[in-house]
Amino acid sequence: MTAPVAISLSVNGERVEARILPRLNLADFLREHLKLTGTHLGCEHGVCGACTVRVGGEIVRSCLMLAVQASGTAVETIEGLSDSGEIADLQAAFRDRNALQCGFCTPGMLMAAQDLLREKHMPSRDEIREHLSGNYCRCTGYQAIVDAVEMTARSRVESDA
Amino acid sequence: MSATRSDPETLSVLDRPNSYIGKTVPRPNLDRLLQGRGTYVSDIELPRMAHVVFLRSPHAHAKIMGIDVAAARRMPGVIAVVTGKELAVVITPWVGVLSHLKGLKSAPQSAIAVDRVCWQGEAVAAIVATSRAAAEDAAEYVAVQYEELEAATDMRTALDPATPVIHASLGDNLAFERIHEAGAVDQALAESDAVVEANFVFGRHTGVTLEPRSVVADWNAAEARLTIYQGTQAPHMVQNIAALHLGLRESQVRVVCKDVGGSFGIKVHIYADEMATYALAKLLRRPIKFVADRVESFNTDIHARDHRCKGKIGVKRDGTITAFEIDDLTGIGPYSMYPRTSAIEANQVVNLVGGPYTNKNYRARARVVFQNKNVMCQYRAVGHPIACSVTEGLVDLAALKIGMDPVEIRRRNLIADDAYPCASPSGLRFEQLSHHASLTKIVEMMDYQMLRAEQARLRKDGIFRGIGIASFIEVTNPSAAFYGVGGARISSQDGVAVRLDAQGSVICQTSITEQGQGSESLTAQIVGSVLGVSMDRVRVILGDTDMTPYGGGTWASRGAGIGGEAALQATKVLRQNILDVAAAILQSSPAELDIVNNAVVSASDGAPRIELNELARIVYFRPDTLPPGIQPELMATRHFVPREYPFAFTNGVQAAWVEVDTDTGFVRLLRHWVVEDCGTIINPQLVDEQIRGGVVQGLGAALFEKCIYDDRGQLTNANMADYLVPMSGEMPDIDVGHVVSPTRESELGAKGAGEAGTAGTAAAVTNAVNDALTPFETIITEIPLTPRVILTALGKI
Repeated sequence: MTAPVAISLSVNGERVEARILPRLNLADFLREHLKLTGTHLGCEHGVCGACTVRVGGEIVRSCLMLAVQASGTAVETIEGLSDSGEIADLQAAFRDRNALQCGFCTPGMLMAAQDLLREKHMPSRDEIREHLSGNYCRCTGYQAIVDAVEMTARSRVESDA
Repeated sequence: MSATRSDPETLSVLDRPNSYIGKTVPRPNLDRLLQGRGTYVSDIELPRMAHVVFLRSPHAHAKIMGIDVAAARRMPGVIAVVTGKELAVVITPWVGVLSHLKGLKSAPQSAIAVDRVCWQGEAVAAIVATSRAAAEDAAEYVAVQYEELEAATDMRTALDPATPVIHASLGDNLAFERIHEAGAVDQALAESDAVVEANFVFGRHTGVTLEPRSVVADWNAAEARLTIYQGTQAPHMVQNIAALHLGLRESQVRVVCKDVGGSFGIKVHIYADEMATYALAKLLRRPIKFVADRVESFNTDIHARDHRCKGKIGVKRDGTITAFEIDDLTGIGPYSMYPRTSAIEANQVVNLVGGPYTNKNYRARARVVFQNKNVMCQYRAVGHPIACSVTEGLVDLAALKIGMDPVEIRRRNLIADDAYPCASPSGLRFEQLSHHASLTKIVEMMDYQMLRAEQARLRKDGIFRGIGIASFIEVTNPSAAFYGVGGARISSQDGVAVRLDAQGSVICQTSITEQGQGSESLTAQIVGSVLGVSMDRVRVILGDTDMTPYGGGTWASRGAGIGGEAALQATKVLRQNILDVAAAILQSSPAELDIVNNAVVSASDGAPRIELNELARIVYFRPDTLPPGIQPELMATRHFVPREYPFAFTNGVQAAWVEVDTDTGFVRLLRHWVVEDCGTIINPQLVDEQIRGGVVQGLGAALFEKCIYDDRGQLTNANMADYLVPMSGEMPDIDVGHVVSPTRESELGAKGAGEAGTAGTAAAVTNAVNDALTPFETIITEIPLTPRVILTALGKI
């Protein structure tokens, strides 16, 4: 173990300064230090996708990134995307389509879905399935999630028209 | 037949105006989870809370010769290092047996191993520190001296004299054996035109809940009370067991269950590490948190379905099934789990094989043996996938043998829809099933003839597609026959309390629990419909032994059927009580009044008479204005348990349409259909999503999931990179249809729907793969259907 190091970053638009051990991963930093518990830990080895957050606009597995690596970046979590209203329509589609059961995968799933919808306006069902294929959901069987993402894409395209 | 059903001439309480029953409405309070603002146990932090990490055995079977904790105790942040012997001072061991499973035996199990470990992953010491990281650091400094013992790992040799007996006190490695004989099997087989046999092999797999098992235990020494925050399906069961083994009264234990990140039967058992966490809280007089990591989840969450089953079927040329015979063998690890036992799965296999069919000749043997592997126990659709795969695999083999279409042989043998009530050769009693209506419906949904034509056309181009059909029955709404009769203190009844608050809203406390199935929603839908209030006025409280009536919780597809009926009955009483008060206030009679849209109205013309919030205001704040002698009771409690039938059986049928790549051995799932009959449907979308989720869980078992042990009992794929689960990319869309045969045992008429999806999936997919491979004249009866299994069957590797 080495000594704590200082980091400085933006989390959901808020300036955060902290002294942390270099071995601390970003997920634990968000959950334990900032109490942003919407970022979930399912496997802690980068497979399940529950800990997906946005760093510098790109989605990452926060369990595979050290918190010190996030110094100087802008980190966005499910709490931030919820409060800004950025994914309100996607969340509503998930609710209406029952695209969540236990909800543990949901923050990561929403992060990955929004990432796809920012990249591609009207993805096919296969493209949705492909883009979400790094996010494990044991409850739904995925179809409702694919439906909700597809519904959101369609309504966004229609409201842009 | 019970006589609780309302007179069919009058509207039932479920048919009232603005009823939510049978309607798709969104589940209440989902925003909490959608915004990442739920409270899972892993999110909970309490003042002075410490973290426990368990040092686990690297050996499948070994004597503990000594444990040196001195260096670990000196590590930064360490509060305590506790061995099994030290913990035994505060918690007693347990034995996972039930008296109705005759002959079932097991050995005492401790919260932390005391002098011997019996599987790789059994805890040998607890390290408690100010953070999980500090505890993990210190765990590296605990030195355990083991003397490795020979491990018994292969269930096939568990009973051989040369195999070491895991628990000497038990005499052998046989935990349980059941033999069942009905009809005249030998004669029936002798008189058959064809007899087909097969050996079915099932991969041991596990639940892989996305949130690992987690518990925070908080002993308040001044109150002498333990609060357990745990993601459990059965809070009152945990309360009872924790109290029993810690030497407390139940009133000294409170179990709180907030959001749960998936359960599927994984979180309905009592685990040694959870018991250890309760005990540590008491020993160290502070809150202790345990969150399993993924590796220890694979090594300690119950596994399931490790079975090898020999099956035999007799058939006449006209397709009549003459007999079923099975010999099932399963290895459950070193202990029978507590308190539900590890014999239930094999017992269910014996109960369920052949269940959909009219055949009366049935012979079964099931043997349950101990092994030095992780424990096995009940997981979603307990025993059903085994029984269904064996039954439906044999039926397809019989059809193939006599050259009959798989749909046709089922039509000729399924119990007729008008033959109920009746019983199976294993003694199961069926109230009302709908096998034929379900089969007819699925054949239409999938356009069976069109698929057969497409299959034939594509085969000429070297594309091998197959159709697999699997009819199934499912155990739901269990009465005390499941556990209570065997001495387990696991409630089969559930209770619901409803009360009108001072603003005319409803607070409903129920003993069923929520893990995402929609227990909260279905309860609010029932209460809102029966009372006549909108769902947004109903607040449902679940998962707290201090706050809810006593009950079983949510498992075995019982929440809607049992907890839902309790909600219905409690709300009927509250409704009557409200109408009595309203009649007094309005100088009317209860019969002339109704409640619609949050207001008391005239029954005859629906004219508004008094808002519920106004009625509540009078009752709570101006009771002095009520007529003398009126004491309003704006709270009502009712309990319910099925009494007529031990279980409410449901039924259904699944169909899979797959393509097998005969060069790579990969199976592509093209489409999947399910028709099921869970009786009254409270929320169609929630039922469909239970089915879909269950199917995909079954698809995982059919194609990917297997806990791979080596012959020394080492689990070699205990991580999510090597243990494959279904991800969105490989999963098909699933069409769900329904036939509705309400149970007459309750006014609600609902049976369970949580496990039907998982019950028949592996059978349908395996039958589809075999159908695709018909030109190669090979039959596969092993899951998961990995490329290796398929290419081996094709003789390519």
